[in-house]
Amino acid sequence: MRLFNDANFPFIEHRHVAYVFSTIVIVLGVAGMAFNIFSMGSWQNYGVDFTGGSLIQVQFRDATTAAQLRSALGGAQAPPITRFGEENEFVIRAPLGEEEVDVVRARLEDQLTAAFGSDLFTVVRTDTVGPKIGSELQRNAGLAILASFVLTLVYIAFRFELRFGLASVIATAHDIMITLGFLAVFRVEIALPTVAAILTIVGYSLNDTIVVFDRIRENLNAKGGRREDPTALVDRSINETLPRTVLTSGTTLVVLLALLFVGGAVIRDFTLVLILGVVVGTYSSIFVASPALLEIQKRLGDGSGDRDRKKRGARATA
Amino acid sequence: MLKPVRGRIIVILALIVVSLGYLYKNSIKLGLDLQGGMHLVLEVDDPDGTMTADARADAIDRAERILRTRIDEFGVEEPLIQKVGADRIIVELPGNTDESRAKNLIQQSAFLEFKLVLPVSELESALARIDRQIVGVLGEDVLREMGQDAEGPSQDVQNLIFGGQAADTLAADSADAAAEEQEEQLVNLRPFTALLASGDFEGTYLVALEDVEVANQFLAIPEVRRALPRDVSLHWDATPMGVGQRTYMRLYVTEEDAFLTGDMLEDASAQRDPQFNQAQVTFQFNRAGGRRFSTFTTQHIGDYIAIVLDDEVVSAPVVRDRIGASGVIEMGNADIAEAADLALVLRAGALPAKLRIMEERTVGPSLGQDSIDRSRIAGIIAVVAVVVIMIGYYKMAGVLAVLALSVYMMLVLGLLSAFDATLTLPGMAGLILSLGMAVDANVLIFERIREELALGRATRTAVDEGFQHALSAIVDANITTLITALILFQFGTGPVKGFAVTLSFGIVASFFSALYVTKTFFLIYLSGKKASDPISI
Repeated sequence: MRLFNDANFPFIEHRHVAYVFSTIVIVLGVAGMAFNIFSMGSWQNYGVDFTGGSLIQVQFRDATTAAQLRSALGGAQAPPITRFGEENEFVIRAPLGEEEVDVVRARLEDQLTAAFGSDLFTVVRTDTVGPKIGSELQRNAGLAILASFVLTLVYIAFRFELRFGLASVIATAHDIMITLGFLAVFRVEIALPTVAAILTIVGYSLNDTIVVFDRIRENLNAKGGRREDPTALVDRSINETLPRTVLTSGTTLVVLLALLFVGGAVIRDFTLVLILGVVVGTYSSIFVASPALLEIQKRLGDGSGDRDRKKRGARATA
Repeated sequence: MLKPVRGRIIVILALIVVSLGYLYKNSIKLGLDLQGGMHLVLEVDDPDGTMTADARADAIDRAERILRTRIDEFGVEEPLIQKVGADRIIVELPGNTDESRAKNLIQQSAFLEFKLVLPVSELESALARIDRQIVGVLGEDVLREMGQDAEGPSQDVQNLIFGGQAADTLAADSADAAAEEQEEQLVNLRPFTALLASGDFEGTYLVALEDVEVANQFLAIPEVRRALPRDVSLHWDATPMGVGQRTYMRLYVTEEDAFLTGDMLEDASAQRDPQFNQAQVTFQFNRAGGRRFSTFTTQHIGDYIAIVLDDEVVSAPVVRDRIGASGVIEMGNADIAEAADLALVLRAGALPAKLRIMEERTVGPSLGQDSIDRSRIAGIIAVVAVVVIMIGYYKMAGVLAVLALSVYMMLVLGLLSAFDATLTLPGMAGLILSLGMAVDANVLIFERIREELALGRATRTAVDEGFQHALSAIVDANITTLITALILFQFGTGPVKGFAVTLSFGIVASFFSALYVTKTFFLIYLSGKKASDPISI
């Protein structure tokens, strides 16, 4: 069986369609972030890991509705309650005021015991994070993404050429923007694993981009490669790696879908972000990274001629 | 026939044996999210910000040692006590532990002091001064709002917190006319003294339980603290006592300096008092402590001694005779477990500073089990999908890849157990991701071989070229992902770190499996064929 054998799609020719599509998606995402800032005061739906606060997951023995739970926890003043996976399981999120970390939690448990009796529910999970830890996490997550950007840029610039590095960073930034936009629009709760998922996307997207770039590099360094029309060469490289791209992304997606459907509520958000990342990462390696490489080349020159001169030129533009 | 690959086969078999050996010996530790348990992040509490960085570092070092002793004795299996950064300790207690007991055990300072109880006359002279300071600082109106203006104590504690504003409007109303009259009364207000009833033995007062909070608010005022006589300190009893219909708290008047502290304890143990069947903790001093204790008690026969634990009096025996090297803390109605915990923390020693909980996570065992079950099902589905896709698409070469991938799995698990890594839920995701990368590496190689075959190369050459040309893409892809994983490891905490660890191990193993194991299997497969025989790919 062969998929996309000898494919010959003019990807680059249609790159403008992709530009428009990506722009629309990113603008939608940014609009979502802006709307979030306006309506809930934060561009993302940060969970207690980042804001500090208490999260309690309770499982009731009998059928219980969110409304019952809400009235038990003080009606209109009740902290946000969401159903979690199973029928009788709920997650209660209480913000942290000036109080000590465990006071908030103890108060919630007392309220629950008072309303339902202690043997009718079990607390299956609690997360309580002090505000100091939360803000540290926010900073660390940002630093981690930035650091991985810089280091991979350096690595790719060293292994390939600087313009490849720049193009891959553009593609990765594109993927992250789309993912963040998705998270903002659907108000997916940002917890620690979500950050791990975003960083995985960075890794996956780079992986995909590198495979295409590796082929471009190879074709470029082959005999006569530097004299070939760059657009045709990039198109050829994408098409040559297309079977691999489809098979790998397909397999990864199958695995992730399995995780999504049977993996349970705990990792659902995490898996969802990864699935999105695989789709976006595959798309961007073809429609963003490769065109970006050509655009950079068009503006900054290079791609043909003396390698040494080119390298100097690349450094000068850096 | 297999001569050229014999070395390779031996290497692979050896690695499999080592991996399985580690797996058998260590098995894989499951994270708290999978097996349930409690995760705490503690920090030295320094509300005034007066500790120097050195002092904090020293405090956290000692606290870590003491916590280790306490938790070891508490009997949790495989606890983790780890210092992170300059001033934090992570404590992880797997399994189903009693949360509040564990927390108490960890947070209790366990600073034990022995102080002489002084006659209340030592304080009496200062009471008027204390009352004046309270009135002076809080103002009469606030006190009136609190209901602390009369001789009789009031229950309305809430007003102290919200009373400030209301007091202003009150003051505006009664403005000039009543001003002088209030001035008169001001001197006569006795907010603190009014709360005190005479104690049931010398050196104590009784304060109604509902007034304790107000009294504490008064005593927290710096001016009031300065108004206390020198060398005198006040301590609450640890437990309230009932007198008739009402419940009171004892307030002890003691010497400020302890004549003996807990660091001179040698041993402590819990038992039931045979006479009243009540829990108690007995303790022994070391030689120096015993000497000091007996000298002191010789001089103070007939006096009371307050045994103060973390600022509360847990016991106040009267000295009937010279006491040697041991003593008893009566625990009243506490159960024996509580006494055992107290004995434990006394043995382990006092924490050098208060520890504050910065982060607390607990996962019930049922949720953890559920996660394991679900991940297992997801894992099986994922593996089946990969096997079907690979063999369906690449036939015999796919079979070789699947074999190589199973070697990969054993290596990853072996690596995890060899490095004693903990498998968390995000960690499983990391495993799955690296499995994806291992598959990808095989796909890259096979696609390349197909391309080379399509170019008309002989089988053997095509295979060699395929591996060779796929190498650069595999190396670069793996290294960039490894960079990300290492950064995550550096910046991440808890669950993210778990993800980074399995991803890093996974990448190393996948790299090896694709380039070495798959190649070896290919060489075995090709060894029976002539250079130009077709292969199934």
